[in-house]
Amino acid sequence: MSAVGHAPPPFFKRGPAPLAKLLFFVALSIAALVADLRFHTLEWLRMAASTAAYPLQRAAYAPVEGAGGLGKYFSSLATLHKENDTLREKQLQVANLLLRQHHLEDENLRLRALLDMRAHQLVSGIIADIQFAARDPFSRRVIINKGTQEGISSGQAVVDEIGVIGQVTRVYPLMSEVTLLTDKSQAIPVEVQRNGLRAILAGAGSNGMELRFLASNAEVQVGDVLVTSGLDGIYLRGLPVAKVTAIERDNAFMFARIRCTPLAGVERHGQVLVLGRPPEAIKPPEDTAEQTDAPAKSKKNKPENKAAR
Amino acid sequence: MQPNYSSNRILLPVRSWFIFATLLLALLLNMIPVGRVPGIPDWVAVVLAFWCIHQTLRVGMGAAFLLGLVMDVADGSVLGQHALAYVVLAFIAGGLSRRILWFPLMQQALHVLPMLLGTQLIMLVVRMSVGGEFPGVLWFLSSFVAAAIWHPLTYLLLLPQFRPVERDDNRPI
Repeated sequence: MSAVGHAPPPFFKRGPAPLAKLLFFVALSIAALVADLRFHTLEWLRMAASTAAYPLQRAAYAPVEGAGGLGKYFSSLATLHKENDTLREKQLQVANLLLRQHHLEDENLRLRALLDMRAHQLVSGIIADIQFAARDPFSRRVIINKGTQEGISSGQAVVDEIGVIGQVTRVYPLMSEVTLLTDKSQAIPVEVQRNGLRAILAGAGSNGMELRFLASNAEVQVGDVLVTSGLDGIYLRGLPVAKVTAIERDNAFMFARIRCTPLAGVERHGQVLVLGRPPEAIKPPEDTAEQTDAPAKSKKNKPENKAAR
Repeated sequence: MQPNYSSNRILLPVRSWFIFATLLLALLLNMIPVGRVPGIPDWVAVVLAFWCIHQTLRVGMGAAFLLGLVMDVADGSVLGQHALAYVVLAFIAGGLSRRILWFPLMQQALHVLPMLLGTQLIMLVVRMSVGGEFPGVLWFLSSFVAAAIWHPLTYLLLLPQFRPVERDDNRPI
């Protein structure tokens, strides 16, 4: 402070004080966090930045892709022959089922017409390649190489040749992000194939998955196969999801701890099929008894509920 | 004081495009999909800390915020997670720069290590509080690797500013 009551002009203008700047940017970051997590209003920014960064991302992916290509190039002829043979054998095995399926579908259509029921809608699929796992260490996501340009939309189910691997959660023009079943915020309504018991299967990170909210005397056994129940209107009914690997029943707790491992190659790379949404499930009827069932709660609400807690 | 690069060498002024290019290269390195391999340093954080320490007036919290947003989009994480962590990193690095530059490189690395660990800790707190998965203790290894490469990285990034050593005894400075 000078004697006349005001500070002398600074020689070097350096803008606001560091602490003021820090507070400003921290506030801005927290505002972005809240806007993104709670209100989902920043998707346009993400879309724009991601499209702008796409060439950079491709450039970064090139060495990884190149290494993969090199490995494939040197994989011997013998391995390819062997793979070819096993695939042919598999095709023969499946052909039997496929041939019968046409017949069964026709029969089903006729019977449904007879009973005046709505016909099952056939669901289309888009084949995509898993390119890489997203770098975010706090979640389990992979990037596939098809986006809005190929008609993929957020919420579609993703399966491989064995079972469900996850759900499309974010779509960019040229790629999309699939949240795997093992992600902690991912939940999927399932039923036990053996007895039709319905439950919710939630991801548990590196531990695979957990069957939640089943009473400690629930009739589940180790080795049971869980299939989608189709109540959420996202996954078709009857897709294999997981296998029960361990059950801890403790009467001190209300629920049993049931651990499961995914059947499909959830953490592996390869080709996947993005299933179109079953059209009849987009608008679920309000009055059926099934819809009031607890697992019938839309799966899309699930991550938001978690964020709210 | 023992001789180090800062005491016996006069550096040329830094060029803005070089700072920009190194930050862009760090972004590119960060975008390489390595999966869950532990111990890959967060290149953007290290290079940002380096420039915040060496060029406090040029690289600061604004650049950190923008880089953080780009990293958030590239990683597919929550928008603002990297931005928050990098802004705090830039503040601390800028504030401590005069102190840190006084030390030899090995001890500089010891200063940088807690900064990078703090960056990771902020991200961990942000994500765990919104229901993320704990990535495991090995995830923190990347900060230690980054601190270990601080010595070669300093020489690499200061290379364009070094000038040839002249043996001229009559030079005024």
